[in-house]
Amino acid sequence: MDLQKLVFGRLTWDSIPLHEPILIATFAAVMLGGIVLLYLLSRYRLWGYLWRDWITSIDHKKIGIMYMILGIVMLLRGFADAIMMRIQQAIAFGDATGYLPPHHYDQIFTAHGVIMIFFVAMPLVTGLMNYIVPLQIGARDVAFPFLNNFSFWMTTSGAVLVMASLFVGEFAKTGWLAYPPLSGLEFSPDVGVDYYIWALQIAGIGTLLSGINLVVTIVKMRAPGMTMMKMPVFSWTALCTNVLIIISFPVLTATLALLGMDRYVGTQFFTNDLGGNPMMYVNLIWIWGHPEVYILILPLFGVFSEVVATHCRKPLFGYTSMVYATIVITVLSYLVWLHHFFTMGSGASVNSFFGITTMIISIPTGAKIFNWLFTMYRGRIRFELPMMWTVAFMLTFVIGGMTGVMLAVPPADFILHNSLFLIAHFHNVIIGGVLFGLFAAINYWFPKAFGFRLNTFWGKCSFWFWVVGFWVAFMPLYILGLMGITRRLSHFTDPSLQIWFQIAAVGAFLIALGIACFLIQIYVSFRDRESLRDVTGDPWDGRTLEWSTSSPPPDYNFAFTPRVHTGDAWWHMKQMGYKRPEEGFQPVHMPKNTGAGFIIAALSTVCGFALIWHMWPLVVISFAATVIYSIYHTFNYNRDYHIPAEEVARVENERTLQLANHV
Amino acid sequence: MLKMSVPCSLPTMSDTTAIRHPGVASQSAAPEFLVKEDHHPENGTLLGFWIYLMSDCLIFACLFAVYGVQGRSYAGGPSGAELFELPLVALNTAMLLLSSITYGFAMLKSQENKLGGTIGWLIITGLFGLAFLSLEIYEFAHLIHIGAGPQSSAFLSAFFTLVGTHGLHVTFGVIWLVTLLFQLKRHGLIPENRRRLMCLSMFWHFLDVVWIGVFTFVYLMGVL
Amino acid sequence: MSANHNHAHGHDAPGHEGGHAPSTFKGYMTGFVLSVILTVIPFWLVMGNIIESPANTGLVILLIGAVQMVVHMIYFLHMNFRSEGGWTMLALIFTVVIVVIAMAGSLWVMYHMNTNMMPHMLHDMTSGS
Repeated sequence: MDLQKLVFGRLTWDSIPLHEPILIATFAAVMLGGIVLLYLLSRYRLWGYLWRDWITSIDHKKIGIMYMILGIVMLLRGFADAIMMRIQQAIAFGDATGYLPPHHYDQIFTAHGVIMIFFVAMPLVTGLMNYIVPLQIGARDVAFPFLNNFSFWMTTSGAVLVMASLFVGEFAKTGWLAYPPLSGLEFSPDVGVDYYIWALQIAGIGTLLSGINLVVTIVKMRAPGMTMMKMPVFSWTALCTNVLIIISFPVLTATLALLGMDRYVGTQFFTNDLGGNPMMYVNLIWIWGHPEVYILILPLFGVFSEVVATHCRKPLFGYTSMVYATIVITVLSYLVWLHHFFTMGSGASVNSFFGITTMIISIPTGAKIFNWLFTMYRGRIRFELPMMWTVAFMLTFVIGGMTGVMLAVPPADFILHNSLFLIAHFHNVIIGGVLFGLFAAINYWFPKAFGFRLNTFWGKCSFWFWVVGFWVAFMPLYILGLMGITRRLSHFTDPSLQIWFQIAAVGAFLIALGIACFLIQIYVSFRDRESLRDVTGDPWDGRTLEWSTSSPPPDYNFAFTPRVHTGDAWWHMKQMGYKRPEEGFQPVHMPKNTGAGFIIAALSTVCGFALIWHMWPLVVISFAATVIYSIYHTFNYNRDYHIPAEEVARVENERTLQLANHV
Repeated sequence: MLKMSVPCSLPTMSDTTAIRHPGVASQSAAPEFLVKEDHHPENGTLLGFWIYLMSDCLIFACLFAVYGVQGRSYAGGPSGAELFELPLVALNTAMLLLSSITYGFAMLKSQENKLGGTIGWLIITGLFGLAFLSLEIYEFAHLIHIGAGPQSSAFLSAFFTLVGTHGLHVTFGVIWLVTLLFQLKRHGLIPENRRRLMCLSMFWHFLDVVWIGVFTFVYLMGVL
Repeated sequence: MSANHNHAHGHDAPGHEGGHAPSTFKGYMTGFVLSVILTVIPFWLVMGNIIESPANTGLVILLIGAVQMVVHMIYFLHMNFRSEGGWTMLALIFTVVIVVIAMAGSLWVMYHMNTNMMPHMLHDMTSGS
């Protein structure tokens, strides 16, 4: 019995990529930064604070912020991958092979896609919904606070595994959806695809539970009087998004499990013989994949609705049609998935059906754009940063949507599928829609979360670098795509193409500056926070309930649950001369913090790592530990406490005083 | 002036130029904006668990879809007609159905506040569940032994995965049942435990519903 | 059966989950007997080779299976329009729609894919799938 194989599986010293200078340099930088961070945490004695107030927190506001931090950190990693690709594609022509060999380049574009979708966009969107939805509906937290904490740590666990693949072993080389047979055992026998599978399975559990959590929150915990049609539009889009999560993520889980079965058990689901059918994987993964992109964009549509209404000082035009458009998009998003593989060969009848449904789904989105425009018409528009990002979104996303409708025509798609046109299209809608929306949301709600605004100058710098950079980086790709250039290539032979790639690289650098300005914006805002302080809790003269709380809100959100009479509840309260209560405070029932979510997720990370490297005894031990600890956790019935009425009174009266003094 | 029962749920256009009047609305005509009494939102556990079951439905739907597409890909190997022993399947179905009714009896006892009866019927349910699992393990072991394991063909991969996933769920249900027995012993029929009983009840019956799909779509139709 | 309503009205806004009717012995027995009948019939039809055509047999047992699922939903899972303000029913209907789309869609798509792209596979998709 080979003891080393038993304990370490296929993990050996060779698994550490000592021969890749880029990785060694990255590792050194990460180690340095990590050591500095650990030192600072110890120096300022922050470990206890970190554990008590953040890691074990079940407060939706803290969890929301942690999601945002995770997303922003992973944005830096995912963008690093992007810059590396742009450089490679700008220089690798003819005899020049660039600096990235193909097997490395393949991992970079795979990691770029996986990270951007699963560990940047999803966490940022989830963090936003987590923070804002309970406040908007007048609730004190989400329906299942412990599950919320657990979901966050499971997502982080997935991110940790993906990052680990940089330094131990390698990542998948299959593209972000890992199609078999390339991702099967025969053609990817190494650990890369296994990192992919387990990172996504673990993170997927977190996402699914988060979906259930937010749906139940919105269904059950709205303030009295807030009927569904009086709910803020952002909460409506959050509801539809989480419904989509619930009905789509199980498909991803099942499909990746089947791929995992092929790799670990030797089944024949997606193999080339003994009855396997790789096309079934493509079919299933896109049944998940299409709703996924709507999961990404719908919350941001909600953000734009809030931002436009507030910054034009008008109620949102066509609230009812906005709600119905969102619902229609939710249902229709489940009927278009085949447009991602028109070229796989299902034939004219099937392709026509899905082409038509794809074109139909653009209509409700168009209706939303018109509603935003009609809201702006005759409004008193303030071009603060959130509004700037919204206008940029409208111009950018619409172009991207139009190229999507082009791709929806099967004969056109036969030329454009998997070309750079496709890359340009989806970056157009994801950056123009999701990312611009996230920046709008961050600039809009940052004052609520932290009590001070973001610095406007650096925000505008970031804005212009991002918008100009995006157009410069991706318009060349549309041109290249129309000329027939395929995606995922690390080297080209036709020198006449090089200029377009060079322009695109310039665009990527502009975006890099945009990201730098964003980070500077955060730093400067923190540094100058006293001068940027907002004590009113309502810096934009908002319309919805989150603006009725202090900034940041107290732990319990609302001393008294609001009673709602109309939509735009806070606007109504302000119109009717709402006065803050000064007495009659009750004790507030709150859930306790717990380390169980962190611990279970940490054990899952170990289990995932062990599965990847075939360390079977460790798999058994860590899996058993996870199960046993989870069962042990269910024996804890002592999960809540009360904030005494005096404490609530103290906090509330302090705020009343602060508001009175601020006049 | 703002109407209280507007047909559209937003404040009207006139509000765009409305100025705040602090202190005006202190008369009795002003709407009440706060819930002064102790307010607790309804507990969402049962709805949440039901929604989780719906997501589990989706997982099974995928596995059924894969079985539907690949269920006849025998790769020259044995088919369902050659492998499935329907009497065994009928026995298994009976075990599961009986376990469903015994769980029902456990719920009835809990409604009558009879802790002992609840625990008793739960134990019987667990035993039926274990019987189901034993028969299934026996079936799987036999198939593997005669060379019809999950690696042999897409049909068998799909069969083992679909039926096996259901079996894994039943296993998890049995573990949960045992855990709940300890928790009932320790705390009795407190509201928290009643919620857990309801959740396990939903889980258990849901697994029986999935089994209907399995024995119909996989076993009975596999033999045709 | 009335013990269901004597919950301690403590802090945990307790289990009046929107009109949850208590279970009854009669309900469970009815469900059980119906399930037994709806199980025995399909097994008998298949094991006894009662209907000539396998396709028709398949259709009949699928239908009976669907009916038994509904029986389980009503008698064991207490599915009704009132529970949780109608949200459980809405969730169920929505899920069923999605399941039908995913399964029927996959079968339709894969049938065409296989026909066009793997024409040499002797693939009998029609009987009962």
